[in-house]
Amino acid sequence: MTQITDRNGKPYEVDQKEVRQLEYICELVRQDILNTLYRVGRGHSGPSLSLVELLVTLYFRELRLDPTNPKWLDRDRFILSKGHGAVGLYSVFAERGLIPKEELDTFESLGTRLQGSVDSVWLPWVELTTGSLGQGLSVSLGIAMGAKRQGKDIRSYCIMGDGETQEGNVWEAAMCAAKYKQDNLLAIVDWNGLQGGVRQEVMPSMEPYRAKWEAFGWHVLDVPGHDIAALLTAYHQARQVKDKPTIIVAHTVKGKGVSYMENKVEWHGGNVTRPLYEQAMSEINARLDALSDYAEVQ
Amino acid sequence: MEWEKASLRVALGKTLLELGGKVPNMLVINADLRSSVQTTFFMNEYPERTIEVGIAEQNMIGVATGLAMMGYIPFTVTFARFASKRAADQISLCVDYCQTNVRIIGAYAGIFTGAQGATQQMISDTAAMRSMPNMTVIDTADVHEIRAVLHYAVEHIGPLYIRIGRDSWPVVFDESYKFELGKGVWLREGSDVVLMNSGVLLPYAIEAAELLQQEGIDAGIVNMPSVKPIDEALINDVARNVGAIVTLENHNVQGGFGSAVAEVLVKNHPVPVEFIGLQNVYAESAPNDDLSEKYQLTAPWVAAAARRAIERRNKHRSRRT
Repeated sequence: MTQITDRNGKPYEVDQKEVRQLEYICELVRQDILNTLYRVGRGHSGPSLSLVELLVTLYFRELRLDPTNPKWLDRDRFILSKGHGAVGLYSVFAERGLIPKEELDTFESLGTRLQGSVDSVWLPWVELTTGSLGQGLSVSLGIAMGAKRQGKDIRSYCIMGDGETQEGNVWEAAMCAAKYKQDNLLAIVDWNGLQGGVRQEVMPSMEPYRAKWEAFGWHVLDVPGHDIAALLTAYHQARQVKDKPTIIVAHTVKGKGVSYMENKVEWHGGNVTRPLYEQAMSEINARLDALSDYAEVQ
Repeated sequence: MEWEKASLRVALGKTLLELGGKVPNMLVINADLRSSVQTTFFMNEYPERTIEVGIAEQNMIGVATGLAMMGYIPFTVTFARFASKRAADQISLCVDYCQTNVRIIGAYAGIFTGAQGATQQMISDTAAMRSMPNMTVIDTADVHEIRAVLHYAVEHIGPLYIRIGRDSWPVVFDESYKFELGKGVWLREGSDVVLMNSGVLLPYAIEAAELLQQEGIDAGIVNMPSVKPIDEALINDVARNVGAIVTLENHNVQGGFGSAVAEVLVKNHPVPVEFIGLQNVYAESAPNDDLSEKYQLTAPWVAAAARRAIERRNKHRSRRT
């Protein structure tokens, strides 16, 4: 059991019950993702499923937000730089009560607020339109700098894909964030080892990855990315780091929670047919049943 | 013609300093070229409101976006080449698509960059910037226009790109100069042909009108700093009443100000247009005067273009009658 405090300094403990409750929510989010992909007939399944625990811990525990006012000035800011994880983020919004659950069915259809890549022009809960990769960290940095200038206790969060960090823009931002000692900036890399249609090892090597970020002046935490307690602890630790930004390298599994998708390059996107949908839902439902004692949250 | 001259980049630097005193939430973001673009005036007075990102223009645009989202008015200031297309994708998504209040200053726009050659020149930024749906694009002609446009910039809501030159350059206007977005201004009425200028070639237009007058040709001059939005009403009036146009810009003629004028004309009153600017070529290292002459930007070339436009119009009219 780890002693941690929330954003408001209120002490709480990561106990088994809370972890299980968040795990339960994660499975509801996975249900939403699968429902959306099946009904719409397309979407980025793998990149959304690998994000679930990261997003649920952020939106249910870490981020300071006002569920009735997306543009509350003192909110923490979160940018999903890997904009193609859209279905994952929208599903978390739905479970958090920020958008109606039935709106998920409009994903990628004409006039929807739920654009194929997350889009702040259409949906106020999204801070920044992304999808052209490598841009989110710079904007998160600008937000963090602005918050510090205003003397506000606002934290700026950014999730990037691992492949995304091949973009030069990311390293420009990394260099700059360290120079300006931006300790209210937390980057998270969804390190699932797969990208587009291929395994990352066919790409120019990014190793030694941790050492690169450290050399750029960042505090680096390696965290199992589907471990709720570990993520909550990491967010807490990041808040204790002073005078440098922190990055969590979250080791995840692409397609996590749907056995036939896990760690499969072909499930970066793809069409979920009825039998595949039913198989996925039965796997998710089995886990929900096992966690049913923790269905009541907050 | 003898012109009084004043430095365009010093006008940029001094106006930013002046605005700093008026607009407390204004920030200047540098990408290494602080003394080249004269943001040193601002940073010496307001170091706490100056941000240095290094030679990293993509990050510069992203950081400016984040700061704008937090209520600041960021001016990103570097060479037009790097300010515009080095970070074009970041500008497209973070600034233009999201309609963020970032002001992008493209200094050293065009080919007059102190003989540094094609790598430091920028002749396709207008084309790139004006093709972005939400972007406002302004080109500046002299120190007074620079000052007026930058004063406008702090009031502007949304994405804004401003081209500014480098060198000591003829002063055309005076302190009374007023800038109005989307409006062209007559410097001289004319019934035979109209020279439409955007940016630093304006003195050549003025000299050309005088050359033409000597041969009995009545050439009007319109100055149009606002490339987008462009003054459609004025362009249509000129097309109806005069029917022959020369456009001038320190930019490639493909996709820039001249193209913007032509787009308006073909919708309403197609009339002959001649285009002064880089004729789909890159320039090179040389003093400004040599470049102006070689790339056919000076008054005699403008006058020749005016004669061609008039001739085409007359031919067209005689065919119709």
